[in-house]
Formats: sequence, C-alpha cells, structure tokens
Amino acid sequence: MSEDHTSANGDHTSANHWSAQDTTPGAIEAALRELIRQRHAENDSFAPARVLNLVVVVDREWRGEVENRLDQVGRYHPSRTIVCAVDPGRTTLDAWATMTADVEPRPGELAVCRERVEIDVGPQHLAHLDTIVDPLVVTDLATLLWAPHGHAEAVDSLVRLAQIMLLDSVDEPEIADALARVAELAEKAYVVDLAWLRSTPWRERVAATFDPEPWRAELARISGVTARHHPDSGAAGLLFFGWLAARLGWQPSALVASGGGMHGKARGRRQEVALKLEPDPQQMVRGLAGVSIDTASGMSIALDRAPGGLRATRRARDGSESTWTLLGASRGEGGILGEGVRQALLRDPTYRPALDAARAMVA
Amino acid sequence: MATAVQENPLTKGLERLPVHPTTLVIFGATGDLAHRKLLPALYNLAHEGALPERFNLIGFSRSEHEHEDYKAMARESIERFSRRSPKPEVLDALLEHVKYIPGNFDDAAGYEQLSKQIEAFDEQAGVTFNRVFYLSTAPEFFPVIVQALGEHKLNRHKDAEVRVVIEKPFGTDLESARELNRIVLRSFREQQVFRIDHYLGKETVQNMMAFRFANAMFEPVWNRNYIDHVQITAAEDIGIGTRAGYYDHAGALRDLVQNHILQLLTLLCMEPPVSFTADEVRDEKVKVLHAIQPPRAEDVAEIAVRGQYTSGVVGGEQVRGYLEEDGVPADSRTETYVALRLKVSNWRWAGVPIYLRTGKCLARKVTEIAVTLKPVPHLAFQQEGSVGVQPNQLVLTVQPNEGVSLSLGAKIPGATMRIRPVNMEFQYGTSFMSESPEAYERLILDAMRGEATLFTRNDEVDALWSIIDPILKGWASQDGGPLPQYEAGSQGPEEADRLVEGGAHWRAL
Repeated sequence: MSEDHTSANGDHTSANHWSAQDTTPGAIEAALRELIRQRHAENDSFAPARVLNLVVVVDREWRGEVENRLDQVGRYHPSRTIVCAVDPGRTTLDAWATMTADVEPRPGELAVCRERVEIDVGPQHLAHLDTIVDPLVVTDLATLLWAPHGHAEAVDSLVRLAQIMLLDSVDEPEIADALARVAELAEKAYVVDLAWLRSTPWRERVAATFDPEPWRAELARISGVTARHHPDSGAAGLLFFGWLAARLGWQPSALVASGGGMHGKARGRRQEVALKLEPDPQQMVRGLAGVSIDTASGMSIALDRAPGGLRATRRARDGSESTWTLLGASRGEGGILGEGVRQALLRDPTYRPALDAARAMVA
Repeated sequence: MATAVQENPLTKGLERLPVHPTTLVIFGATGDLAHRKLLPALYNLAHEGALPERFNLIGFSRSEHEHEDYKAMARESIERFSRRSPKPEVLDALLEHVKYIPGNFDDAAGYEQLSKQIEAFDEQAGVTFNRVFYLSTAPEFFPVIVQALGEHKLNRHKDAEVRVVIEKPFGTDLESARELNRIVLRSFREQQVFRIDHYLGKETVQNMMAFRFANAMFEPVWNRNYIDHVQITAAEDIGIGTRAGYYDHAGALRDLVQNHILQLLTLLCMEPPVSFTADEVRDEKVKVLHAIQPPRAEDVAEIAVRGQYTSGVVGGEQVRGYLEEDGVPADSRTETYVALRLKVSNWRWAGVPIYLRTGKCLARKVTEIAVTLKPVPHLAFQQEGSVGVQPNQLVLTVQPNEGVSLSLGAKIPGATMRIRPVNMEFQYGTSFMSESPEAYERLILDAMRGEATLFTRNDEVDALWSIIDPILKGWASQDGGPLPQYEAGSQGPEEADRLVEGGAHWRAL
C-alpha cells in the first residue's frame, strides 16, 4: 500500500517512497525517519532491518546495472543501501528513498524491511562525499563501501565511515596494480574481495581432498599447481596460489608471463612447486575454471567446472584414476555479491596472507 | 579408525569444514519424515556444497521399489518440500548416488544386501566411506534395526566411522527408554549414537546459549536472588490434524515436554560449560536435570495439570474437540494440554518455581521463555494514577518472532511520577540477513561430522524420563473420569491457574 504526500517544500513522500530534487542530506535523513514512522503506523508488524549499511558509488549511466546486481543478492540484502550515482556536470543533489518488505506480515509475525537511498551527486561532491553519506548511515551498524567503477577520490573520502571495503580484484586490467590497490585499502579497512569469494568452493574442495589421512600427508609433497581461469581473472588464480602458499608455508617468487598466462615456482618445505596460470578462453564467467595439483609421489587431483558442481579426477600412485562430482550449485554473480555482503559481517583470517603471497608472485 | 597424522592447514578460515566421504542409510526411507524433511535437507546441503566431497544415499524401507522408482520419489519430495527451488543439475548429480533396498527391518536378507551395497560404493570409489545409519522408522523398529546392524557386523568398521542416528521418541517411559538404551549400546558405543531432538537443531534454540553466555549483563541476575519465577510455553493453535494414531498414544507430556520443553529448561538453567564440546555442554545439561526432584506419586496432582480441548473457535474458524477428531477414541484420556511446576534444587535456582505448559488448539502459536524478576524492594515515589511498577520480565521468544524482550518500568510523561511498563525489544529477524537452515540440515551434517553437541546423550535421556515417568504413573493411577477441559482457542484449562504460586499468573498467550 502506498499513500502519497507532498510537503510544503515540494518533497514527495509516501509510505514506501520519497523523492526530492536539489535536496540535502538532512532532508534525506528526515525522510527516512518518516518512512519508518509511516510504515509502522500502517502496520506495526513492519520492522526495519538493522544489520549493515552498504554505500555504493557508481557512474550514473551504469547505475541500473549495479542496481540489478543488488536486486539479485537473494536473501543477503543490506539493511540500508545508499547508492551515490556520479553524474558529470551535476551540482545539486537529487534523492530517492524507498522502504520495502519482501513479504506482507502474516498475523502475529514480523515483516523485515530494508531501505534504499539513491542520490545523484556531481563530481565536485566526491572529495567530501563522506559529509553527504555520514548522516544517512545507521549509527553503530557496520558500513560496507563498494565502488565498482573506481572513483578513488570518493573512496578515499568515505573510507573513514566504512569498516569494510567490497571490491573485485579482477576488475583492474593489471593484476599487479589490482593487488597493490587491494593491499593499500586493506591497511585502512577490512577487505571483502569478490574474486576471493568466487574461489571459496575451490578452496573448500581442495581442503576436503587433502583431508583424509593418506592425502593429508601429500600436502608436503605438492610439486605442481595449475590454475585455469577466465581470461580476465588472473588475479583470482594468483590469490588461489597465494592461499596455498600462505597455508602451506611456501616461499613464492615472481611468475613470468608466457603464452597469455604466467608460470613460475615457489619453494616448498620439501621441494619446489611449479605454478602455472592458464587463461581459459572457453570460460564464460569470472573466476577459476579448474585447478590441478600434482604431488612428488605421483598422485594428482584435478577439479573442473561441471553440471551440478565440480568434477573431480583423482589419480593414485599406481596410475589408477577415479572421477566424481563434488555437489554444489553455482551462485552466479548475484549470489557472489550477496555472499560479499554477508562476508562483511565475518572475518576471514586467511585472505590477507594469501594476498601478500599473491603480491610476491607479481613483484 | 586411526587418527589423523597432522592438522589440515587448508581448513583454517573455511566456514564449511571437510566431512569425510559418507554413505548415509535411511531406514524408513519412504516415510513422511524422509520425504518432508530428510531428503530436502540433503538436497539443500548438496546445493550449498556442504555434503561430504563424496556422498551416497541408500534408502531402506519395507515397500517394494526399484532404485529408479525411489529416485523419482526422492526427486518429487525434494521439489515439493525443499526450502529453495532445486537446481536440476545439482539434483541430478545428487540422485546419481542414490540406491534403494526393500526389506523388512528384521529380515536378514535385506541387511546382507545393504552390506553389499555399502561395500560396492567403497569399491567403486576406492575409498572407505563412513557409514551413518539414520533410523527414521516407527519407534518399535529402533531396537530391531540396531540389533540387526550389530548381527550383520554393520555396527563397526576398522577403517571407517560408523554412526547411528535415532529419531524421537526415544522410549515411551523410563523403563522402555532404558531398555532401548541397553539394546542400542550392545551394538554401538555411546560415541556412535546420535539421538535426535530436532528442536536442538533450531537456530533459535542454539541462540539461547549465545544469549546467556555471550552477554555479561544477564549473569549477575540469573539466579534465585533476582528471579521470581520462570514460565516456559510451547503453545500451538492447531489440533492434532491427521496424527491421531500417534498422538493419542503419546499425549502432550511425551510429545513436547519430555524432550523439547525440558531441553529449553536445561539451556535456561545450565551453568556455563567450560567449552562447547559435546560432553562439556551435555554434562551441564544433565546436572540441571538431576537437580529436578522427580515428583512422588502423591505430589503429581499438586504439580501437574492436564486437559483436553473441546470444540471452539481458533483464528475465526470453528474447530472440533479432541474427542471428535478422526481416529481418537470417544473415551480417550490422552492429554492435549499439560502444565507443570518444577523446581531445580541447586544453589542457583533453589526456590524458583519453573512453570512449563504446552497444548494444542490454544489461543496462539508461541514458544517462549519468560523470566520474571523479583520486584524492587522499596519504591520511593507514589504510584497513584498509573499501572504501577511491575517486576521486570525478560522474554526469550523461540517462535514465531524470534527475539528478546525486556519489560521496564518507565515514567509516564507528566508532572507526577506515574509509572507504566514499557518493552525494550530485539527481534533477531531484523539483525541477520541469512535465512536459517532447517534444523535437519544442521543435524544431519553434525551427525556425519561426528559432532554430538546437539544430540541427546544416554544419561540425558534417562534423566529426562526420570522426571516425566512419575507423572505418567501418577496420572495412570488416577480415576478414570474425564480430564479437565478447555475450549479450543482459549488459554487452556482453568485448573492450570492453581499451579502458579505467589500471586503470579500465566502470561497471556
């Protein structure tokens, strides 16, 4: 249900929507409070979620695409999303606010609502974007910052408000630059890297493969790792290598480019480990396409994308092979973004060491 | 099974820890629980990549089906009851490793076939799978199946962990529970046995431990010095539906109090465990149960009230009384409502009455724990013209609106010091984005991992029944007249009011 009101200053409010042109952060904040009040007056079973603020800085012309991605995050919606769309030539602020609930409350039950604010800002606002956003974030909630189109000036301004940075290290064309930028941001905030999250099933499955006792002993005998990846996702492959290096105590050295990919070595505790990054032109989605791990004792495991999960092929010392499917549904890019939002509330102690090891491979 | 040579360094930071390759056998694989809960739970685990890296499922039941027929049934159940729409490629891959064995639960041939199928899975994969036997049958088959598993040497394996999961009810009284424990423990060690109370798999119930032991502010008042009384309520607004056959033999006391409500009581009253390992937690829960003095036969009427619903109106709908329900004998004395007053006799809780109640066809569906604190010892101002100062009440709601509410006395705006209670509320649903997994997802995964914290240990079962058994016996010895009655849609029988001491009242549903 939506009940429209227009206030004396021209602000347009409703139980669900509000919008204003040439407005101010104070007016937006007041409108958010009014939306909650109206919703609650309409039905006190509506309750605003209070989990996480997400601040997004986007190019205005690509705002729709980013909003589509945000709509696909499934059940991991932030409780308050503030989208700052950068519009070249703009000097004033236009804003829209909505408060939505996915379901109508059933008798005796709650319906949790989330809020979204969209603000069109101009380039001159970016250096002090924090002064616009600060009044709009819910105090005491964690704030996650995502700037998928760059806007470093805005990021630098907002980083004091954000405890967590969401980024995708495969966005940058140069891997070394991408990892350096991530490391720089990681000094200021906790980083959630979508490239890292795309590799989670791979890391889980490799960990599971080496978990049974006979295979666990092989961890020290790993002699070669190959990561196949989407042509633009070399950083994801490097982070995967970095993870293995950090967890297994390898000393990686710089990889060299060859044939569109990269190769090099890391010094393991017992032997050298050959590392190979291979772009896979057939891979249509970002992230890894497959990984192969060989051990000095003649065992190997390969994981590749397959219907219903990952296809595992294991070769034993005697040369015998077995294959099976590791079950799991693809999360899609919407699901990955949703996972990024969820991970903002958690802490993964293994990302930073993996990042540091990955940077050593592109030094 | 030998222990691992070293810790797996790759597992650090992972949310989903590796689970050893597992073959899960569901006895009663064509039953309602399997179709509605277990198979959908397995699909959701597969969807999330949480199943063991290699996983097989064997359905074992009395009805004759081919493997492919059973797979088709499993597919239909998952499509119908899964909390998320299944992805065909994941479902197909899951069903690839499903087999079905028809057989009576006391039929040796079925177990021989089962043994061969389990070994065939091992041989095909070149891996010795762990074995989990899930008993999802009628309870009379539990002893039959565990004995048969022992007789066919399916209860142990030198290279694999073997576990047995036993559904509730675990016994129908103290003696039958003890007898079942004896039979189970003849074939399996206690560490292999996972007795399910699915209530413990609910996120909301686990949150009680987080609430109590992750917040320092409650501990100072969590004792007899500050708490006046506790009420634990598990009220349902529906009748028995199609469950007359089961329910009329069980009744409310066995159906909900012996397991779910007493589990809530233990979580409320237990001391902080040294760690959250299975035995540390269960040790503390058992201590609480041992501190509850089982009633003597002559005291049962004093501390327990039962009742049956009559016809009435629930949620605007006219409903039948219990004795008019299909399948219920006209002279049934099965209770659909029970209220108890228990005391936990230890230093923390001595003298604090703990009231429990559950019932069908009550005014509202709610499961909650209400802790009422003692009133302030002295009030310095007048209360004229106000509701007055009420004792603080802390309410932990398990369902439907999971949350915590604390009532406080607050000044009514104005020139005089008038007081009324206000509520400070916290709703879990507003603070977490994630959808809670079904209890069975968590419990099946825990059983496959050998994590027993959320399962009931044998001494815990014994202690639970030791409290309930005297009440059952007391009721059995009472006259055969009609039970107290309550109108469907009401707060329960009036007789329950006399249980509540010291001027307190049942909370309104």
